[in-house]
Amino acid sequence: MRVTRTAKAGTLESNDIFIMVSPSEAEGVTLELQSIVLAQFGRQIRETILRTVAARGVTQISILAQDRGALDYTIEARVETALDRALAEPGVIL
Amino acid sequence: MKRLRRTMLFVPGNNPGMIQSASVLGADSVILDLEDAVSLSEKDSARKLVTKALRSWSFKTTEVTVRINPITTVYGPLDLEAMLEVQPDILLIPKAEVASIQEVEARISAYEAAKLGGEAVRTKLFALIESAAGVEHVHEILASSPRLVGVLFGGEDYTSDMGVARTMGGMEIEYARNKVAVACKVHGVDAVDTPFTDVDNHEGLLADARKAKAMGFTGKAAINPRQVGIIHKGFAPDPVEVRYALRVLEAMEEAEAEGKGVFSLDGKMVDAPIIQRARQMVALAEKLGMVKGSTASKDEKNANDSLEGGLV
Amino acid sequence: MHGIEFEIAPASGETRRQPLPEYIEGYGEVRAFEGAFANVGVGISDHRPRRSKSVRPGQTKFLATIEEALDRAGLRDGMTLSFHHHLRNGDHVLNLVMEAVARRGVRDLTLAVSSIFPVHEPLVALIDAGVVTGLATNYMSGPVAKAVSQGRLKKPAVMMTHGGRPRAIESGDLPVDIAFIAAPCSDPYGNCNGVRGKSACGALGYAVADAQYAEVVVAITDHLVAYPASPAEITQTMVDYVVEVPSIGDPQGIVSGTTRITRDPVGLAIAHKAAQVIHASGLLEDGFSFQTGAGGTSLAVAAELKDMMKEAGIVGSFAAGGITGYLVDMLEEGLFNNLLDVQCFDLRAVESYRDNPRHLPMDASMYANPFSKGAVVNQLDVMILGATEIDLNFNVNVTTGSDGTIMGGSGGHSDTAAGAKLAMVVTQLVKARLPIVRRHVTTITTPGETVDVLVTDHGIAVNPARQDLIAALEASGLKVVTIGALLALAESMTGIPDEVTFSDDIVAVVEYRDGTVVDVVRRTK
Repeated sequence: MRVTRTAKAGTLESNDIFIMVSPSEAEGVTLELQSIVLAQFGRQIRETILRTVAARGVTQISILAQDRGALDYTIEARVETALDRALAEPGVIL
Repeated sequence: MKRLRRTMLFVPGNNPGMIQSASVLGADSVILDLEDAVSLSEKDSARKLVTKALRSWSFKTTEVTVRINPITTVYGPLDLEAMLEVQPDILLIPKAEVASIQEVEARISAYEAAKLGGEAVRTKLFALIESAAGVEHVHEILASSPRLVGVLFGGEDYTSDMGVARTMGGMEIEYARNKVAVACKVHGVDAVDTPFTDVDNHEGLLADARKAKAMGFTGKAAINPRQVGIIHKGFAPDPVEVRYALRVLEAMEEAEAEGKGVFSLDGKMVDAPIIQRARQMVALAEKLGMVKGSTASKDEKNANDSLEGGLV
Repeated sequence: MHGIEFEIAPASGETRRQPLPEYIEGYGEVRAFEGAFANVGVGISDHRPRRSKSVRPGQTKFLATIEEALDRAGLRDGMTLSFHHHLRNGDHVLNLVMEAVARRGVRDLTLAVSSIFPVHEPLVALIDAGVVTGLATNYMSGPVAKAVSQGRLKKPAVMMTHGGRPRAIESGDLPVDIAFIAAPCSDPYGNCNGVRGKSACGALGYAVADAQYAEVVVAITDHLVAYPASPAEITQTMVDYVVEVPSIGDPQGIVSGTTRITRDPVGLAIAHKAAQVIHASGLLEDGFSFQTGAGGTSLAVAAELKDMMKEAGIVGSFAAGGITGYLVDMLEEGLFNNLLDVQCFDLRAVESYRDNPRHLPMDASMYANPFSKGAVVNQLDVMILGATEIDLNFNVNVTTGSDGTIMGGSGGHSDTAAGAKLAMVVTQLVKARLPIVRRHVTTITTPGETVDVLVTDHGIAVNPARQDLIAALEASGLKVVTIGALLALAESMTGIPDEVTFSDDIVAVVEYRDGTVVDVVRRTK
């Protein structure tokens, strides 16, 4: 499955993560991650995002993530919300 | 033991930082809010965040309440369905009237039948009564779902519905408060008072909390963490009264031991309502750690010492 | 009941991430830390004599420019220049002097700066150019700290403490060639104070050892007054030259208008718990003494104490350290008899320091020097401390971030922890996903044997060496958990952070207050 629309979720506040998903030209998942805890948690944040995307069956997508120290469940929530928004039929209230 | 709900603290449902810290702020219950604290464009986002938090975050001993959107809106049923999947301790149902509680009750029952093979969800309900009709029909509301364990009275929306001004004195909500407090007593559920909106006025809040306690409310909603300690102070039993209650119970035990039916304390007859009140008072004081251990102590001095030592 | 399921070891090799080397290029032989008081008074070189010089009648000390002062002071390659940080992030003096120094073409200088702030960014270019090759400081943040972390300084920076620095200067471990005194007010003969002028900063406690022991002392002022300046915190007997410049600092960066108690509810909850611990410790009685930082949560502890002291009618002896308006209020309300002030954090403190005779000066040596005939920290009952990380042995890091970058330093952290009867760390258990309780801290700043209790939003842990304190807290109904339990809780929230990898290059040496090496900072990969 691929994402055909751009959607955002989350904020840049402390303990949150801002996610922007958008259509990608090429097959595959591209992820650009910025984080204030990149050295300590970059690998784990990346894994959480990719796992969440894969769980939704999305295989072609571009993701920008700006992390402000979000915990895993927050990351999952924001990624799922962004995906829901990007994949929803127009006019459906989420 | 029935849990205390002296404070129910509102926490915005779309704020990860505040959800994470909700359990360390001292409130007996936290209300993760999907309604007024969340803009229409973020309803989905907050619902998802609260769902995830309830799945994987420990709120330790703090009770978790979720305020869903009114069941009559497009978001309400979506919130309800998502919350039944994760079953918080309490769902707070806004704009509670007989019809809305009945609808929520019916949807939960249907969920139990369809998804849980008839097994009951653990989640209880709290009615947020915030309209003239809600206040006037509080008994019928409380009779419309066996899951209800309390009422939160919302004074702001209520006065807006009445078309009257909200004042510091609070005369305009006096009737509603009395009515809600009495109805809750009748139905054996908690009555939680409206929040005090002037968050920097600590004296005003303390006075308002004491007033609510005097009216029979069991607790008060908080809209700022700094209000929690003040409300607890307002709802704390008076140490003098606790000491008296302890003496009543001791005198009663002595009388029982001596086979006396009636007895007196300080020259006054002690009757059943006094004993009843003394028991409630001591039970509350024990929960709050104002009294240590059993109240069955025969030694008045010890009981008093432990009270002194345990005063918080 | 609490179970103690881990063993406490003194902060020694096995709690460090890596063993200490025996010799560090650019630093020398390493004398390893052996205990907070194991080396007190050991290895004291004879006190370096104060510089004698004779100024005759009619001789002038007043010079037109910094350049002229550099000439007279005989600036040359390899010298050590010292600066103090009372002007904090508003300081212009270091940059002004170093600009002039750079124009002289000298190289290989060491700077002894009591603290370095973001405003000192121009120093980075001088580090890269080899003009400055050594640094001794008690605290650094901003671009200079970043450059040092990257290994751009030729020699490892030496991270000292507020008490260790005057010890090193007085003993000759850190000989200063030229000291520059940022003087908010001076007369042409070198009597200086910090309480008058547009750049008033209050106390000048960190500059005193420099003024007393440097070979040459240059006062730089933007408020020249007629002789004799009054009061004279640094006197004419110590100062060689006086230079007037248009501005020594930016008042906005020197003192904040007000210092505020945190409104963060978690910070307030921690402060409330901290106050309960102080109460339970039994130390809160008449004659009580107290120190806290100016951070929001630390100040909130002071606010809680204030209420408790008022309620119980307790009059404290003194509050010490960097002083805020909040402590001034407590002084004026009679809750403390005196303030002992090494540095003022806000305008209220500056005014009080100037006007209230019960608000006393304290130089850095008196404040915290372990090799003196008694430091003020030894008289402290309670010290409230922060932490970037704290390990299972209560060792605290306030030097580096968890990513290994230098972003602070002891300041008075180690000194007050060693001196106070109750050294209490207050912090959130988790900050922006970073667990504050760690198996190993990135850098040891303050050894765990001097830290008594950790108060977090998720629980209180007491150093097992303080069984008396555990008993006192539990008797008061406070729940005590092990620090291991807090670690487990923190990691259950955040996940286990990946280890930051370091190269072998040592970019900074962390000296304990006695001059031994407690840890080193290596360059991150």
